[in-house]
Amino acid sequence: MAKRAGNSKNRDALAGGQTTMLEVRDIVKTFASLRANDGVRLSVAAGEIHALLGENGAGKSTLVKMLYGSLQPDSGEIRWHGKPVHIRSPAMARRIGIGMVFQHFSLFDSLSVADNIRVSLDPVFAGRDLAERVRELSGDYGLPLNPDWLIGDLSVGERQRVEIVRCLLQEPELIILDEPTSVLTPQEADNLFLTLERLRAEGKSILYISHRLEEVKRMCDRATVLRHGKVVGECDPRKETAASLATMMVGSEVAGIGRVAAVAGEVLLGVENVNLAAATPFAVPLREVSLQVRAGEIVGVAGVAGNGQGELFRVVSGEETLADANAVRIRGQACGNAGINGRRRLGAAFVPEERLGHGAVPGLTLSENMLLSRHESDRAAFQFAGGLIRSDIVLEAARRVSAAMDVRKGGDDPEAASLSGGNLQKYIMGRELDRKPAVLVVNQPTWGVDAGAAARIRQALVDLARSGSAVLVISQDLDEIFEVSDAIVVMHDGRLSKPIAMAKATYEKIGLLMGGADPGHGVHAEAGDAR
Amino acid sequence: MRVELIKRPQQSVLFSVISPFLALGLTVVFGALLFIALGKPPLTALRLYFVEPLTELWSVHELAVKAGPLILIAVGLSVCYRSNNWNIGAEGQFIFGAIAGSSVPILLPGFQNFATMPLMLLLGMAGGAAYAAIPAFLKARFNANEILTSLMLVYVAELFLDWLVRGIWRDPAGMAFPGSVRFPTAATLPELAPTQGNAHFGFLLALIAAVAVWFFLARTLKGFEVRVIGLSPRAGRFAGFSTPRMVFFSFMLAGALAGLAGISEVSGAIGQLREVISPGYGFTAIIVAFLGRLNPLAIIGAGLLLALTYLGGEAAQISLGISDKVVRVFQGTLLFFVLACDSLIYYRIRVSFGNAAQAA
Amino acid sequence: MLENILITIATAATPLLIAAIGELVVERSGVLNLGVEGMMIIGAVIAFAVALTTGSPWLGVLCGIGAGILFSLPFAFLTLSIATNQVATGLSLTLLGIGLSGMIGESFVGRPGVKLPLIEVPLLSDLPFVGRLLFAQDPIFYLSIGLVAAVLWFLFRTRAGLTLRAIGDSHGSAHALGVPVIRTRYLAVMFGGACAGLAGAHLTLVYTSQWIENMSAGRGWIALALVVFASWRPLRVLAGAYLFGTVSIGQLHAQAFGLGIPAQLLSSLPYLATVVVLVVISGNRRLTMVNTPASLGRAFVPDR
Repeated sequence: MAKRAGNSKNRDALAGGQTTMLEVRDIVKTFASLRANDGVRLSVAAGEIHALLGENGAGKSTLVKMLYGSLQPDSGEIRWHGKPVHIRSPAMARRIGIGMVFQHFSLFDSLSVADNIRVSLDPVFAGRDLAERVRELSGDYGLPLNPDWLIGDLSVGERQRVEIVRCLLQEPELIILDEPTSVLTPQEADNLFLTLERLRAEGKSILYISHRLEEVKRMCDRATVLRHGKVVGECDPRKETAASLATMMVGSEVAGIGRVAAVAGEVLLGVENVNLAAATPFAVPLREVSLQVRAGEIVGVAGVAGNGQGELFRVVSGEETLADANAVRIRGQACGNAGINGRRRLGAAFVPEERLGHGAVPGLTLSENMLLSRHESDRAAFQFAGGLIRSDIVLEAARRVSAAMDVRKGGDDPEAASLSGGNLQKYIMGRELDRKPAVLVVNQPTWGVDAGAAARIRQALVDLARSGSAVLVISQDLDEIFEVSDAIVVMHDGRLSKPIAMAKATYEKIGLLMGGADPGHGVHAEAGDAR
Repeated sequence: MRVELIKRPQQSVLFSVISPFLALGLTVVFGALLFIALGKPPLTALRLYFVEPLTELWSVHELAVKAGPLILIAVGLSVCYRSNNWNIGAEGQFIFGAIAGSSVPILLPGFQNFATMPLMLLLGMAGGAAYAAIPAFLKARFNANEILTSLMLVYVAELFLDWLVRGIWRDPAGMAFPGSVRFPTAATLPELAPTQGNAHFGFLLALIAAVAVWFFLARTLKGFEVRVIGLSPRAGRFAGFSTPRMVFFSFMLAGALAGLAGISEVSGAIGQLREVISPGYGFTAIIVAFLGRLNPLAIIGAGLLLALTYLGGEAAQISLGISDKVVRVFQGTLLFFVLACDSLIYYRIRVSFGNAAQAA
Repeated sequence: MLENILITIATAATPLLIAAIGELVVERSGVLNLGVEGMMIIGAVIAFAVALTTGSPWLGVLCGIGAGILFSLPFAFLTLSIATNQVATGLSLTLLGIGLSGMIGESFVGRPGVKLPLIEVPLLSDLPFVGRLLFAQDPIFYLSIGLVAAVLWFLFRTRAGLTLRAIGDSHGSAHALGVPVIRTRYLAVMFGGACAGLAGAHLTLVYTSQWIENMSAGRGWIALALVVFASWRPLRVLAGAYLFGTVSIGQLHAQAFGLGIPAQLLSSLPYLATVVVLVVISGNRRLTMVNTPASLGRAFVPDR
């Protein structure tokens, strides 16, 4: 196994002063008309956990991709141990000692853990004993893995372990982590932090990308804040408050959501004892799923990705129909066997997780996408008899929605794919809200959306509930769940927990449920929980 | 050398329009080079191919005869391809439609009145649609690759036709050539302008079908459904559309149009059922569909262009001794360049030589 | 008698096997090449033409392979470098190939060609029954078996093969890891073209020794179906090819037998069998989901 000369240097550095391991000077990277990185400067010392802060779209991912050799900067300099380097490829980055764990994993479902790791390792590191070394090292760092597991069978948390072990096997000096806790339960995140602290103690440096301020304050020694591609601040996060960090990231005071305690009315959305077999080998079956959402109330479904959220959405929306009509009730009407348009006619609206390819068709215009979910519910307005489309009316509706949600777009009726994530999500939300639905079901309302659009979307959800509708929010973002919900249910392995009122919900409690500590009964049947 | 693709934020309207013309230009250049390689005068050959057939009226009629089936089939294919159903078996659906429609004059030779022709046409459409329903069913129910199944069924259809015309449907009074009885007048598709040439009503049917399907795709909800499912099946489900139903719909529509083309060809141009009734219309129509960018109105022009190559090939063979196989090469090259040029609609292409510039 | 039939089955199966094993590698890398039929027939006509004009069938084989590779390059360029639709591009190459081969072969129709000599392994070829079947065959037969073994070893025992399979599973992940997706796919497509060309050479230098227009008669398409039938596993391709060879030869013999079944029906058996096979395999969703290369047929455009 190759040893790096650098390691001993790092430990000496900790004992004495801090040496600079990585320095980035005036990096510029432009995509078409967008300056993703504009004169970025950054420096990471040995044995330091350095946070890279910024909201979605600030340029964090672009910067680290250049550090890892996946992209090339247009201009600027990167210095490694004081010497300028051109990092031409990920292989080269790995060779000089930079490792990266991406937010979106680069894994191969049909290959084993060992094979997945083997593909990315330089031949020097991949020997016959790779499987053994994987087992050893993963156990060592508290992230145990069986090298023969198929990736397709692993949970998200386990997949991240594979990514981390793959990174560590090449003995990096700098490890870049891109939003590592976005897919973990609070407990799994704690475990990760232990691993990071151990790495720091070994003299390695960590570049920690996140928009989660509490974590950054807890773990990181220094932070660099990016906004719109530029560095707007450098600080010691422990000396800052979450609010001051947020202000640096967003550039202005971030308004909190106006929450008024809900006055719950009758049940508008009811799901009763739904069981659904897994549709594909890698899908999650739903088991005894029940929930209720009342008028004026927001129920949040918390849970780590891959526990059946998509399946739950499909069952509630009607993209998956059930034999038992009573399994799903909207406004009191049994509709478990009705399709999605049948449920829309009852007054429900749905916003799926994926914008492009599910909630909207990328190659169609905004007005055409208006028709996508409303051709049936708004048949009288949007169609002539016989199925002829009234394009002028549809276009008018699209304009109305864009204006109401402040959608930034190029041109009057552009293709959906040309909008940014946040703007498209605002449009899709607006499209459904325009109908003033009695029931709204939304899956990951603000995933990948910039803070401004996210705040607006969350406010829209709250306003809708306040006006008397029932809102069901499925989200992996626990902060978001806590921000908007009146009650929380937790999804784990295809099951839903009992609902927990906001007053009684804590991160720890929810985190335990997310990790499967409670199969859905027992622990939380406390007095006062029952409705 | 590096070729980089940069995705355009939106499809380029400019290239949507000029791409087929660009492709045609490249094909012509390729053709010229091919003729030079064959030792034939390039400009003369090109003129024979593309200009000569337009100079005489009877030739223009022949153009309509050849273009009719191409347009009919391609219009149906455009609906299939737009909904991501890769129907490659139009040739087989053409044949089955011809067989179904021909059953009237062959099995009921006494039935000769004003209803004969419409009945034949309807049966032709039904036969083509039924044959197309097979790969549709196999795809919807068993997820069997429709490209392979529909194509295999072409071979089966050809063999079935061969068996029919040599066997039970063979004209006992016919001479050495296998074939059915010649169709009576009541079972023959009338000509458009008999004194000028051979163009028959099949061409008119093709034009009507093209306009109707264009309107359907552009303005109706069902047409919207076709486009959505083709672009994004998940979004289609979100819209409440059924992908399996669309498989049937698109295949059967294309099958019906191909079957209609089949019976029109047999009753209009040929006059009897024979063992070979198509010079590969079902496959050339694929090229027509793409050249017309899956737009039924543009397909009219594309169909006429490809019909032109058929006639031009005959002219070039007579005048310059160029093999008529070259026509196939022309047609295949055209599709090839159409696909290449279409890429420019979605991407900007940047070619760089040597190592790409590194970070300063 | 049975021995003779088995030998003809091997002869019928060999081009299917070679074309299919080549396409298997291509599809494992995530590329769907519907141009196999076109590449095969180009290989066939070039091999025939070269063998006839030079008198050397070996040169014919080599040129057939070369023609297959050359003809696969436009397909590779279009689908890999400028991201065109793989289905349509493959089709265009098949149409082009059929036309081009018809044109080139026109002057060769009806002329007797050159056959590849058999290679007889001393001693072993005298064994009863299996002797001639396994040890006194044309060189392409031996090559076909060798190819299956080589592909099996390459895909599952080498790092390069693992990389190729990874690309087929997720070209996005592979690219993020710095794996050369496009370069690997180019090589895979060229290998597929070489195999298709070799299969075509077999048709005109072993199966028969003449050129007939369109003589591949859909074998390229059957090879594509074979890859699906085999769930992208090399040994199953071997089994499938021989199964089809049996059906093909079986129906020919049945025709000669005079069973009273129409010749056309018997001739359509291989095609119907292909349909049946596709239905049976594809209908098993679990099997297809787990084995199909996940990025098959999808265009790959790297962000720079």
